Amino acid sequence: MKALLELSNVGMKFDTPKGTFEALKDVNLKIDAGEFVSLIGHSGCGKSTVLNIVAGLLQATDGGVILDKQEVTEPGPERAVVFQNHSLLPWLTSFENVELAVKQVFKKTKSKAEIRDWVEHNLELVHMAHAMHKKPDEISGGMKQRVGIARALAMQPQVLLMDEPFGALDALTRAHLQDSLMEIHAQLGTTVIMITHDVDEAVLLSDRIVMMTNGPSATIGEILDVNVPRPRDRLALADDPTFVRCRQQVLQFLYEKQRKVEPLPKRTDAATGAVRKRA
Amino acid sequence: MVTLTFPTWMEPYRALATGKMTGDQWQALLRQLIWPVMGIAIFLLLWQLAAQRIDTSLGQFPGPVDVWEQAGSLVDEHQASRAKEVAFHERQEKYIAARLQQQPEWEPVYRDYTGAPTFFDQIGTSLITVMSGFLLASLIAIPLGIVIGLSSTAYAAMNPLIQLFKPVSPLAWLPLVTMVVSAVYVTDDPMVAKSFLTSMFTVSLCCLWPTLMNTSVGVTSVSQDLVNVSKVLRLNALSHVRKIVLPSALPMMFTGLRLSLGIAWMVLIAAEMLAQNPGLGKFVWDEFQNGSSQSLGRIMVAVIVIGLIGFLLDRLMLMLQRALVWDKSSVQR
Repeated sequence: MKALLELSNVGMKFDTPKGTFEALKDVNLKIDAGEFVSLIGHSGCGKSTVLNIVAGLLQATDGGVILDKQEVTEPGPERAVVFQNHSLLPWLTSFENVELAVKQVFKKTKSKAEIRDWVEHNLELVHMAHAMHKKPDEISGGMKQRVGIARALAMQPQVLLMDEPFGALDALTRAHLQDSLMEIHAQLGTTVIMITHDVDEAVLLSDRIVMMTNGPSATIGEILDVNVPRPRDRLALADDPTFVRCRQQVLQFLYEKQRKVEPLPKRTDAATGAVRKRA
Repeated sequence: MVTLTFPTWMEPYRALATGKMTGDQWQALLRQLIWPVMGIAIFLLLWQLAAQRIDTSLGQFPGPVDVWEQAGSLVDEHQASRAKEVAFHERQEKYIAARLQQQPEWEPVYRDYTGAPTFFDQIGTSLITVMSGFLLASLIAIPLGIVIGLSSTAYAAMNPLIQLFKPVSPLAWLPLVTMVVSAVYVTDDPMVAKSFLTSMFTVSLCCLWPTLMNTSVGVTSVSQDLVNVSKVLRLNALSHVRKIVLPSALPMMFTGLRLSLGIAWMVLIAAEMLAQNPGLGKFVWDEFQNGSSQSLGRIMVAVIVIGLIGFLLDRLMLMLQRALVWDKSSVQR
């Protein structure tokens, strides 16, 4: 079977005043339809750059991305993005936010009534039907993120791209949303690429975990298959040997092989004084 | 059954009426009513004391009481003038009817009443002029601001010109505008007076800058995340502006519009005064030239009315802003 999405030799160089900075080098990855893939790595390793290249928001300087036999050259709704900070339009209600996307993608193929039903259906999918006529200001962070996911899903993307979707949420809300996402993924079989910092999240949700080395010239270090059968239950998995082993492997990669050495700056007396003052 | 709900600011008065005042409500009453009234009372007192000590060539500087009297006489003059106008039209009707009886083939000529405009007529003229000038300025400044905000090329090209013309006083524009209007607007049957156009264009030229600057800043500061959403949705340029840019920039735009209307009102008075265009400015100038013992009092009435109208115009914009802008936190006093 041919892969749905293929990144071949993707590299990214930025021109800076100090010369060329190579952020990414030789990123090769094939993703099959229906797969859930997580990208994990330390901050600044270029995970977001990879995601933005797949989204088309950034253009790779080397190599390229092929989705369903077509090269990615610009952003588009077939690669819907769920942004870290929800990115809902604050002047529209949840319904209208999703509707904007649906109208844009389906205005030629769906009737008015069908569009309305489809918007409502997607909001129900993320359990937001009860608050669909509220504006982003009136709902919680987790709910905003749910609407963001509904908006992305409503575009019926070939690949759903999620940039640390739950990073800004508290642990309980995050767990809720992870469960929701697993449910949706099981139901729709959407192909997902998700960036995360959270090892547990990556292992719980993913079929494969792509671990990235530290930049500059970051690339894929290891790829781990998570052979835990679905549906997965977070409580039962806590003692599951495969789950524990996978978790261990990711942790080892992040904190032994790719340990970020950041010596803390030595504080002088004057500096501590300044810090205290500010606090 | 009808349940009357009071607006929150009325609560203290209701409590006062029913005799149940809480400490917080006393505080609210002090803040809303007592302190402002005290402030005004002290001002009136100081004004009265100062006025008694100022002697001008037109007599003593008017105190609050003189000004109040002059305000009354301005109202009387207005009513007298209206009565004259009605009488004039009645006389004319009668005359025409009588003459038609004698000469049925005669073609009647209707004449307009040509009495001098009263204080209130001048207020009306000023209001119409300021709104027209402000509207024209907004029609230019908002689209231009959007273009400048969207394109850094347009910004680079326009910015020096904006910086150059922004600080220009209305008085500098006025002679030029007057000459251009006289030269260009030549018709036998003018729809609007030249003086109206002169004032309006001067107002527009001076008040379009805050709207222009604020719109462009509002457009530039659209969040990158929302721009990315627009890209992923492949919104075309027009929808991008309509669905993302305009709503984002609306709070800033309104801040600009409010500043612009304030400037428009100030500029208008100066322009009318200098150019002898009808309006409140001309009223002030005429009174100054007139130089009777009542003139200063009448000018003071105009000053207060000008301030009051400026304040009301600002409130009007604030109400509009509250009604239209999604970001309620951006609406300040």
